[in-house]
Amino acid sequence: MKEGWRRLLWPRLAQALVSPPLTDAPPVPPEEVVQALVARLEAASQARLGRSLAIRQVDAGSCNGCELEISAMQNVVHDLERFGLRFVASPRHADVLLVTGPLTRNMREALLRTAECTPEPKWVVAAGDCAVDGGVFKGSYAIEGGIDAALPIDLLIPGCPPTPAQLLEGMLALLEAQRTG
Amino acid sequence: MSEALLRLVRHGQEQGCRPHQRYLLDRGQWAALVAEIGQADGVALLGLWADPAQVHAALMVEEAILIASCAVPEGRYGALSPVRPGAVLFERMIRDLWGLVAEGGVDQRPWLDHGRWPVLGPLAARPAPNAMPPPQPVFLSVEGEGIHHIPVGPVHAGVIEPGHFRFHVQGEAVVRLEARLGYLHKGHIGLMLGKPARVAARFAARLSGDSTVAHSWAFAQGVEAALGLEPSPRALALRALMAELERLHNHLNDWGALCNDAAFAWLHARAGALREAVLRAASAAFGHRLMMDRVVPGGVTDDLTPAGVAAIGAALDAVEAELPRLDSVYDGHASLADRMVGTGVIASSLVRRFAAGGVVGRASGRAVDARHRPGYAPYPPAEPAVLAAGDVDARARLRMAEMQHSIRLARGLMGSLPPGELALPLPQRGGEGLGLVEGFRGDCLHWVALDDGGLVRAVFPRDPSWLLWPLLEAAIEGNIVADFPLINKSINASYSGVDL
Repeated sequence: MKEGWRRLLWPRLAQALVSPPLTDAPPVPPEEVVQALVARLEAASQARLGRSLAIRQVDAGSCNGCELEISAMQNVVHDLERFGLRFVASPRHADVLLVTGPLTRNMREALLRTAECTPEPKWVVAAGDCAVDGGVFKGSYAIEGGIDAALPIDLLIPGCPPTPAQLLEGMLALLEAQRTG
Repeated sequence: MSEALLRLVRHGQEQGCRPHQRYLLDRGQWAALVAEIGQADGVALLGLWADPAQVHAALMVEEAILIASCAVPEGRYGALSPVRPGAVLFERMIRDLWGLVAEGGVDQRPWLDHGRWPVLGPLAARPAPNAMPPPQPVFLSVEGEGIHHIPVGPVHAGVIEPGHFRFHVQGEAVVRLEARLGYLHKGHIGLMLGKPARVAARFAARLSGDSTVAHSWAFAQGVEAALGLEPSPRALALRALMAELERLHNHLNDWGALCNDAAFAWLHARAGALREAVLRAASAAFGHRLMMDRVVPGGVTDDLTPAGVAAIGAALDAVEAELPRLDSVYDGHASLADRMVGTGVIASSLVRRFAAGGVVGRASGRAVDARHRPGYAPYPPAEPAVLAAGDVDARARLRMAEMQHSIRLARGLMGSLPPGELALPLPQRGGEGLGLVEGFRGDCLHWVALDDGGLVRAVFPRDPSWLLWPLLEAAIEGNIVADFPLINKSINASYSGVDL
């Protein structure tokens, strides 16, 4: 009987109702980053997106370290969905392309096609040191050396890999720029 | 059988690789070796790679590990793929990177080279310029009534690495799956050549980010063997602590994601929270959540402070307390069992033939674990736990058992940290070494040769995924398309690790 009790899910769900939340306090994006994004919006006289953002992640050559930390944004501690941020399966549904990796030559066409499928207005975010300029892989025959070799970048999030908190801060800066801009 | 093979290889000239010897065979001896491997089922092909002058095959023959090499004066060598299908991907990679042709190889299609690099054979002695437009990929065909293709990728629906999957489907059942990878090829080997070992280690750490500790350790082990260097007991214990934390956070991730793919979100949420606790403890103790670049040739970069011990201890307590509860919820839900049990079965004969290690090998009855055999400090010898079923459920259950084992190991290591220097300076001399370290996917094998100035002359980092990708193609056969994510996750081979 006791053993059977342990296997049930609902007592644990009920317990979660009375225990404190596991979620961290939200990070605050730096004001200068928000202002720079606002300036970009105005310069491009870009149509505003809404108060939530749909994110399409593209791995353009990363070692999968960045993917681990991007996935960690979805766990209950970082919980990016509370901000109206969510990952979508198709670029056709996306407002943001979140791109990692030094842009390998073998991924260039796939990235460009993904970007073509993403409707305007959109943000392009390069996450991780590799995505910024090729990182440690600079100079290899097999890479283009950063995402901006193929796409104009709106926001860079450096780090090897950037932490979920840093990534979340970047995503919130996009939301904030839309709100204040 | 295997004695004859050992005798044959040991007739070659010793090349001074440590701790596992490398033998240079002539073409006749190499051909005899290939024939002998075809006769000896127990011989595992751990890896096959090249440098501009030779091809090298790492073999495990019962207890012994050795490397057989053969010169390639005309750019050709005798293929191993007719006797070991696991050699196919390696032979295709060797052709793409070094331009060497496997004579009699069963598959001559390109693998890493998609025709988009400025050169052909980038690691060959004299790479040729490439001005051709990229060719269309060719897939293996299927004949039969009502067969259709489902192309997937390289950009996938979730937050995962890129790769193309070509399914041939009849009704709901998958008749054949072929994975086409190489999208992540960054030129790791080319970047490591000519660099001091400490610098090259940064590339080993970024071969597959989720296994950064295991790969860094295997590379360091190779370098240290080449130089005849013995890191301090303290450095070894700290490496093992990091390796067990890495195993724990990855197994938590995979186990939770498996439950999520079977639509059981709560277990995924709990496993994710526990994993976050482990990563934060790692960050508090070693200054990096994934512990990247903390293991270096000669030792480790960071010592463990009392605050670090406390952080790791608290995280281990939380995980240890909750795992049995998660396990009993997993056990108590028929909806999970219905998806997991009997899905994606990998026969034990296939696991042996492809020399698959890690959870995949052990869940199909192959008792391999580099911590046990060949074994390395500071791990005490311990027979690895195995299961026989070879399905998704067996792989999930083994992950659960290995997490509990890792927690015990980590506690033991923290409880009795020996004294010793963190990192020894590397002497400037030449040598050749082989490192073999058990990561969460299986054995990470790094072969490295240093020149007299201590710079990397030749190197090959082999992720365990080389031996796992072909088994994914086998595991999905006859299953329904909707079970692919589950089967893929249960194996969780690295894309970046094989794309190099």
